[in-house]
Amino acid sequence: MENLIALLVAAPLLGAAVLLCGGRRLDAVGHWIGTVLAAASFVIGAILFADMLGKGAEEREMTQHLFSWVPVEGFQADVAFQLDQLSMTFVLLISGVGSLIHVYSIGYMEHDERRRRFFGYLNLFLAAMLLLVLADNYLLLYVGWEGVGLASYLLIGFWQHKPSAATAAKKAFLVNRVGDMGLSIAIMLMFAWFGTFAFGPVLEATGETSEGKLTAIGLMLLLAACGKSAQVPLQSWLGDAMEGPTPVSALIHAATMVTAGVYLIVRSGAIFNGAPDAQLAVTVVGAVTLLFGAIVGCAKDDIKKALAGSTMSQIGYMILAAGLGPIGYVFAIMHLVTHGFFKAGLFLGAGSVMHGMNDEVDMRKYGGLRKYMPVTFVTFGLGYLAIIGFPGLSGFFSKDKIIEAAFAKGGTEGWILGGVALLGAAITAYYMTRVMLMTFFGEERWRHAPTPSPAEPSVEPAAETHGEHAEPHPHESPSSMTIPMIVLAFGSVFAGAFFGIGDRFIHWLEPVTDHAHGHPPVSALTVTLSTVAVMVIGVGVAYAQYGRRPVPVAAPRGSLLTRAARRDLLQDDFNHVVLVRGGEHLTRSLVYVDHTLVDGVVNGTAASMGGLSGRLRRLQNGFARSYAVSMFGGAAVLIAATLLMRAV
Amino acid sequence: MNPVNYLYLAALLFTIGATGVLIRRNAIVVFMCVELMLNACNLALVAFSRMHGNLDGQIIAFFTMVVAAAEVVVGLAIIVSLFRSRHSASVDDASLMKL
Repeated sequence: MENLIALLVAAPLLGAAVLLCGGRRLDAVGHWIGTVLAAASFVIGAILFADMLGKGAEEREMTQHLFSWVPVEGFQADVAFQLDQLSMTFVLLISGVGSLIHVYSIGYMEHDERRRRFFGYLNLFLAAMLLLVLADNYLLLYVGWEGVGLASYLLIGFWQHKPSAATAAKKAFLVNRVGDMGLSIAIMLMFAWFGTFAFGPVLEATGETSEGKLTAIGLMLLLAACGKSAQVPLQSWLGDAMEGPTPVSALIHAATMVTAGVYLIVRSGAIFNGAPDAQLAVTVVGAVTLLFGAIVGCAKDDIKKALAGSTMSQIGYMILAAGLGPIGYVFAIMHLVTHGFFKAGLFLGAGSVMHGMNDEVDMRKYGGLRKYMPVTFVTFGLGYLAIIGFPGLSGFFSKDKIIEAAFAKGGTEGWILGGVALLGAAITAYYMTRVMLMTFFGEERWRHAPTPSPAEPSVEPAAETHGEHAEPHPHESPSSMTIPMIVLAFGSVFAGAFFGIGDRFIHWLEPVTDHAHGHPPVSALTVTLSTVAVMVIGVGVAYAQYGRRPVPVAAPRGSLLTRAARRDLLQDDFNHVVLVRGGEHLTRSLVYVDHTLVDGVVNGTAASMGGLSGRLRRLQNGFARSYAVSMFGGAAVLIAATLLMRAV
Repeated sequence: MNPVNYLYLAALLFTIGATGVLIRRNAIVVFMCVELMLNACNLALVAFSRMHGNLDGQIIAFFTMVVAAAEVVVGLAIIVSLFRSRHSASVDDASLMKL
């Protein structure tokens, strides 16, 4: 059984190699090869899962040592896999959602002449992501980490003929580099202090390591997680990453890759357990991002960017839960899985809407689509109910647990974190209702001649590449697109209840991540009721604003906060002013110091030498008699000195 | 006669020679002044030899004469060839060796 683990990674890797090296002769079958190999990975994962279920909770961990990568005395880098309950959860999520999105892409990318290449990149992503979650040491994890970054770059910039897509890809890559730096420093610190970077020895050694060292490693890991998971302050790339094709947004920038940071923190739980300061930083990052993403999501008119804000916010929930320690790890992963279902479903729904609307992304030009796209409407609607935490659906179970755990943190911190999480739940309900109402309800705003809205510069005029100003004819998408949406909608509805009822998920993950029951200061029922209450308030406010009044086609000017949120809460402006300008000033002043001080000393020495020798040169006038004078003078001085010395 | 008087004479001759080297332009005259200085030295050496009662100074004087003879040969050759090429025996004209 252990030998199957490598195949999980090998199948999509083979697909990527074949598709990317195969050339045009594979154009006709490329998408099938990619889909079959992704599905193969899922089937292998399912076999291993069944095998794992047959064993006792403590014997479920499997390892496979493939080969020694760098076999040097004192530096053992192995390519070895570790499949435990945590990895298994990710493997099923990644390969399952990944396979569905491969199927969806067959329909979505049908008219793209580079479809084979697209599937090659998707397979490359799957391979790298599976490597990330299966690695048994931090160095191999880093390989996967960089691999998903590469795949993300390639896929965001897939439509590279659009300058905005090419820029977005570069931005994502560069911002991710900052986080990657954190991970590489963390690995170096581990090697310096523990002499190894394999999970087992490192996490065992945390018991007898000083808190300061653990805090340093923890903060570096947090930086890495911030980069990959689009958390404040490295969040600015996620919104722009929506330039990529929608299946990419669903798979990489909603369901899987962006959750790698959560995986990293939960996997390194032992380090964070020993470093309360680092844990506090994690919860703060999570709480801030949770509100940040939610506020951005409220103001965006681009359906994908609204969902991107929502992704950021939901990952904020996971990071918050992961920062709570053993009372939150399980719930972070549980929310991650349910979020994987409903957010992938929502993105695929958004893609389906765009597919039927000539690639228009501005929600102000949607409206009343429920009649034309019934399947998309129902699946999107179920995903919507799941994400706002409608009782009984999956988001309800996972998010409620996180809010409960946040309160259970105890003390003032617990009240603040819990309050933020509750507030986030209200805003989530608000912005998702807004998306829902603007897209599927209300009057059919696309029937009017579409006018470009000057107030919203971030919306790309994507429609112009296709239909020019022709009126769109909304229609339901082909079955290759709707079937994955239906499957994901099932997941959105039932996954939470399946995991949550009877604490199944807790028992499943407990051997790996540990679990402690939190004791919130108020009863669990109160928390649940208030979660539902704020959800109802959020929905109500959104309905009052967007359901009962017609939505203007041109975006109104909006309040100061709205305008700031449309510009992603000025995150790019902040980066520009602080980092770009600051960097420019720093380099300018360094160049100035270099020119004046360093060059000044060198040039000054040279100039004074030159000047001195210029004056000395005058003595060399070529007249033999003047030389004779100096000879006589010198001799006279010598004699005088000799006589003087003798006299003394 | 007191040998110290010879030393005064040698000093006088040397000074005359040195002054001549410094102020005259004609290479031949400069050359003769150099010879004057050498012979002033010889005179001083011989006087010292007489004063100290040994022969060291006289032997060195012979050496000086040999060196002076060789110097005359080389020096005159240089002056003649210089005169041939420039039609002048002025030492100030031969001032090309400068920057």
